[in-house]
Amino acid sequence: MNTIRISRIGIITEGIASWSEALAVLRNQAPYQGGELPPLKPATLKPNERRRTTRTIKLALQATEEALQDCPDTQNLLSVFSSSEGDLDIIDQICRALSQPDRPVSPTQFHNSVHNAPAGYWSIGSGSLAGSNSLAGLDGGFAAGLIDAATLVLSEQQPVLLTCYDQLPPTLLQDVMPIKTPFAVALMLIPESPSQEGLARLELRLDAQGEADVMADHALERLRRSAPAARCLPLLQALAQIESPRQCRLTYLPGLNLQVSLSR
Amino acid sequence: MPALPLKITDYTLTNALGRGKPASLQALKSGHSGLRPCDLDGVDLQTWIGRVEDLENLPLPDAWQAYDCRNNRLALLGLQQDAFLPAVEQAKARYGVERIGVFIGTSTSGIATTEAAYRDRQDDRLPAGFHPATTHNIASPSQFVRLALGLNGPALAISTACSSSAKVFAAADRYISSGLCDAAVVGGIDSLCLTTLYGFNSLDLISDQPCRPWDSTRNGINIGEAAGFALLEKTSQDNRAPQLLGYGESSDAYHMSTPHPDGEGALRAMTQALQRAGLTPADIDYINLHGTATRSNDASEDRAVCRLFEQATPCSSTKGFTGHTLGAAGITEAVFSLLCLEAGWMPQNLQIETRDPELSANLLMAPQAAPLRHVLSNSFGFGGNNCSLVFGVGE
Repeated sequence: MNTIRISRIGIITEGIASWSEALAVLRNQAPYQGGELPPLKPATLKPNERRRTTRTIKLALQATEEALQDCPDTQNLLSVFSSSEGDLDIIDQICRALSQPDRPVSPTQFHNSVHNAPAGYWSIGSGSLAGSNSLAGLDGGFAAGLIDAATLVLSEQQPVLLTCYDQLPPTLLQDVMPIKTPFAVALMLIPESPSQEGLARLELRLDAQGEADVMADHALERLRRSAPAARCLPLLQALAQIESPRQCRLTYLPGLNLQVSLSR
Repeated sequence: MPALPLKITDYTLTNALGRGKPASLQALKSGHSGLRPCDLDGVDLQTWIGRVEDLENLPLPDAWQAYDCRNNRLALLGLQQDAFLPAVEQAKARYGVERIGVFIGTSTSGIATTEAAYRDRQDDRLPAGFHPATTHNIASPSQFVRLALGLNGPALAISTACSSSAKVFAAADRYISSGLCDAAVVGGIDSLCLTTLYGFNSLDLISDQPCRPWDSTRNGINIGEAAGFALLEKTSQDNRAPQLLGYGESSDAYHMSTPHPDGEGALRAMTQALQRAGLTPADIDYINLHGTATRSNDASEDRAVCRLFEQATPCSSTKGFTGHTLGAAGITEAVFSLLCLEAGWMPQNLQIETRDPELSANLLMAPQAAPLRHVLSNSFGFGGNNCSLVFGVGE
């Protein structure tokens, strides 16, 4: 597979509000201590839409907005959204309504229940008219999204937004869902160019051997395991330490990992 | 470098018309609908559905018990029809299990399992033995299909509402052209559940009668279920194999559940699909419409089709045969398009009585036999997510 480049990163999780805050932790300059999830106030949504949307949609859009700072053209920006479980609050409320005798499903909740709801709100808010994909890949959802976005960059030779997000489950689903921490990450991916714009160049390869990387730091490893979207952390750490070429191996599918080679 | 055109060396479809391609083709020719008054267990809505017979009695084999749910039962039943499994075995021998990708679209996957778990909850706890990762999760059908076929290449689960299993064709082209695989199993599976029946009902989009796309009295959709698959390869020994020639993907950026009134997003998807195929509107012999039979969907699509095709190209919606199979609508109508190409047949827009005088597309009121070279298929979903596909006959 040919190379692509990464130009900007957005991230939000407990105790981390931005890529600059994540850098200190990923460079081992400060310990990761967790904490509160920063407030979710995505500007993409108009106030009336913000009221109708959910904490899952807001989480996805907040990371997206950080990655899109300075993006000159969202109208033609291709996008990929990936989430392991989608919007569990909505699924919970719909399934509760369906277990009542008169099945009082809310129409707004139903149209927000589609897996591509965050992508739809982002398209409406940003005016993006380009193609948009919404995926799921269990623990390998970040790698699946990165691969899908990379194929778009390569085949269209256009920038592509990748947003990967997982929000906490409601109480009833906590025991059966793999999300213990809300986590969203967004990457702006661009075609390889002679000017070598952006942060790093990425080369992707599927690898049927070995295991996915774990984080050396215990607190970061706990974070990596606490949400499928956080399986991106080995890649983010390699990006944070990109002075020299790096490699990382990410969880993808049963029997198959994604190996990423990174360089300036 | 795009891999297009891709050869479609085998395909299959199971839906309310029956199991396998011959059942669908026979119905498309005879004008027989697979819709029936809603008899899904636990549903008290006045509507019609496109139900696949006997799924209740077809549990998955023991080895795959963790995946057992209505949606994956339908997936396996679908894989077993026609000669699809032997075709995949031949592809495995040609390319190796790591060089064949799996690309599956679904909108609600096995959510019926979660609905049942909520119904059976006690003291606000879900029952033991509820495994959403292998049933309810959007990735469950793609991982199940990969497992059932014994493949170890890339896999992708797409869920963009009703365009999901059209977009799998675009993904397959991108992955093949990027060198991640040499061949692709694409498909879509969606099954009946309370979420979509009562959800569309809450939006007043469910018809109490058999759905009537383009009719002046149309009043909504019927929900159906289906599983369909296609095997795509860069080359084929069979020159007559039909081909994926182009695809177009776009977003409306307009509204979550209502399409753009002038069909702007639909127009962009169709235009891009033609450009990729290197064709002009006059090259398209038949259009399989998305045609859900809601007031706004049909009006928007009619506008888009008439702007691009100037009312000339014959078209029909086949939702009257199968109902709207949602996340499986893309593959259902892709397979219908391939069957029509191979049989030289354009199916009628079933159940229509009075054409809506405000709609202008060249709608097929009766079926028509005609040699077809190029067919366009439309799939549009909630969130303003659009995909159009162009298929052509072999060389």
